[in-house]
Parts: sequence; C-alpha cells; structure tokens
Amino acid sequence: MTITLNHFSAALVFSFFASIVFGITHRDNARDMVRYGAYCFVMFLGGVFVAGWLMWVVKR
Amino acid sequence: MANSTTEKSKVASAETTNAMSVIAPAVGWLVPGAGHLIQKRWIRGVLLFVSIVTLFLLGLAMQGRLYKANGGDILDILGFVGDVGAGALYLMSLAMDWGQGAIAFATADYGTKFMIVAGLLNFIAVADAYHIAIGKKE
Repeated sequence: MTITLNHFSAALVFSFFASIVFGITHRDNARDMVRYGAYCFVMFLGGVFVAGWLMWVVKR
Repeated sequence: MANSTTEKSKVASAETTNAMSVIAPAVGWLVPGAGHLIQKRWIRGVLLFVSIVTLFLLGLAMQGRLYKANGGDILDILGFVGDVGAGALYLMSLAMDWGQGAIAFATADYGTKFMIVAGLLNFIAVADAYHIAIGKKE
C-alpha cells in the first residue's frame, strides 16, 4: 500500500504527531501538556510557512 | 520494631523503583508508549503509541527507506540511529524486508524522515518513561 501526501499534508501530519509527543514529554500536568503541544504545533506550521516564503524570496 | 518495618518498606520501594527504571525504558523502546503504560499512565502511553507508530507506518507507506547498520557516511549512520529508536517496529520492518525506498517518488524522502523522526521521538518517550520511573516526573 502506497500513500502519497503532498508537501503541506506531510508537514501537517508530522507537526501534529510530533507536537503530541513533545507536549506529553516536556510538561508535567495535563493542562500544560495540551498547551505546550498546541504551541509546538503552531510553531511547526508557522515555520513551514516562514521557510516557504523565505525560499520564495531567495529564489526571486 | 516500627522503624525496621519502615526501613524494609523503604528498601522495597527503592528496589521496585530501580527495577522499573530499567524495565520501563526497555519496554518503552521496544513498544512505543509501553514504558508509560506499565507505569499506569494510560492516556500518555496510548497517545505516544498512536503518534509514534502512525508516523513510522506512514513513513513505510510513503515508500521511505529504512537504514540498516552501516559504516558509511555520517548521515547514513544517523539515519540508522534514528530508525533503531522505533524498537520492535524497526526490527519487524527489517525482518519483513520493508523500507527499501523508492527514489522515483519525491515524497519517499518524507517517508524516510518520518521513520527517523518516529525513532527519535521514541527515544524522547523512553527518557520520559525513565523520569517517571525514578520519580522525577509524575
């Protein structure tokens, strides 16, 4: 079975699961885990957009 | 009399903690999230299991490449170290000869990275299980 994800989808999936693991392992209580996981998710996706636009600027 | 009972329970507790501080990381490496499950952190264990296993299986499904033990360049060695972190998933994939990679697919490279990251995330999870076992974290 082959799955083909486009680049953004791959980044989204990666960010989602990595953020869950980061949230659980880097904080002590449930509330902080959820908040930190959400923060990591936003940072991952934000980084994807920033990197994309930076590459556009460099190419231009 | 009361003091010797208290001392005995303290020693027993220390021995249990020491045993768990070895068992939890070992089991957690083999099965992602299991180190948390055996310490009764059910939700965390399940979430870790689902996250890490999904990333690894998605990586395989995206035709990613699985690194074997090698003495090649540093990136190949690092790829192997990352993949090994997935524990039984890595061992099973080796045994089934999965993860041959597919240069023809652009997203196969993402699959390779997914599997490496799954292993690295499991190393983090193992460290977390160890910290719970030694009482550093609840």
